[in-house]
Amino acid sequence: MAALINVPSKAKRGDIIEIRTLTSHIMETGFRHTADGKLVPRDIITSFACRYNGTEIFRADLFPAIAANPYLSFFTVAKDSGKFEFEWIGDNGYSTTASASITVE
Amino acid sequence: MISWRAIAVATLFTAAPALLAGEIPPDARRSGYTFMGPDTRAMQDDDTTNPGMLFVLDGEALWAKKTGSASRACADCHGDARSSMKGVAARYPSFDKSLGRPVALDQRINLCRADHQQAAPLPYESRDLLALSAFVAHQSRGIPITAGDDPQAKPFVAQGRALFMQREGQLNLACTNCHDDNFDKRLAGAPITQGQPTGYPLYRLEWQTLGSLARRLRSCMTGVRAQAYDYGSPELVALELYLMSRARGLAMETPAVRP
Repeated sequence: MAALINVPSKAKRGDIIEIRTLTSHIMETGFRHTADGKLVPRDIITSFACRYNGTEIFRADLFPAIAANPYLSFFTVAKDSGKFEFEWIGDNGYSTTASASITVE
Repeated sequence: MISWRAIAVATLFTAAPALLAGEIPPDARRSGYTFMGPDTRAMQDDDTTNPGMLFVLDGEALWAKKTGSASRACADCHGDARSSMKGVAARYPSFDKSLGRPVALDQRINLCRADHQQAAPLPYESRDLLALSAFVAHQSRGIPITAGDDPQAKPFVAQGRALFMQREGQLNLACTNCHDDNFDKRLAGAPITQGQPTGYPLYRLEWQTLGSLARRLRSCMTGVRAQAYDYGSPELVALELYLMSRARGLAMETPAVRP
């Protein structure tokens, strides 16, 4: 599944940087019914984590009230050049990853 | 003398609403974007927050993927979409000579699949069809709409216009009653727009997904308690064609974001 990540490609050491992530997911709540009355089973992303050079810097739990294609934005301090790794985990064994690199001067 | 003047005045007053109603002049045409709040505009403007871009990315992957019994990808004939598909969506729905009627962009993709890829048609509003349409239409972003300029398409533009002007449903409303005569006002909490189809397929927050112009038209028809035309019906394509010709000159925005 597609994901859109926005991490600044360059930053000065100590800068506060914004990281924005957007991923494809239907986020089916599990509360809706089909026209013939059957319950549509829940299918959501349940957790998101971001690691910066292997260290977890942000984690979020997601719930049925969150809209489809969840957008998450958060801030961190640019310390070292390296890699951000993103992971989304959800129902029915859903798992997807993405990464982005940054150069810190 | 006085009675003549009274008649003249009366004629003017009865004629005036008829003159005011109807088509929006080119310089007064406004995209639905201008009716949105700053948050939704910001969401559309930034490609990393616009959820429609997720579909464009999927469409880009599908463009290069070989499919059907011919085992050909769109890219095998059309090459790089950034040049070959530039401006194409701004001309759709477009008149098809062999069928003798206009076809919408998603129908053209399915015709291409059938004729050149020997692949099964993608269902209307399926993720793959929307993704491909969005990817193709995205290549026209910023290009002014010129659909309906083809002389062969004119009778279908006229058919679409007649449908646009025709009252229907239990509420007995025509498209024109809201989108020509009452735009900029509100229907409950929601602004009434001019109904300019500049950004389809677009991401509608209410739908939580991308949707085609046909889907939007069908939901408006359900809203006036009319029986909506089926996906792919000639009436819907004619309406799409008229709406695109009515938006002539406005820039394409695909994938737009709308509330």
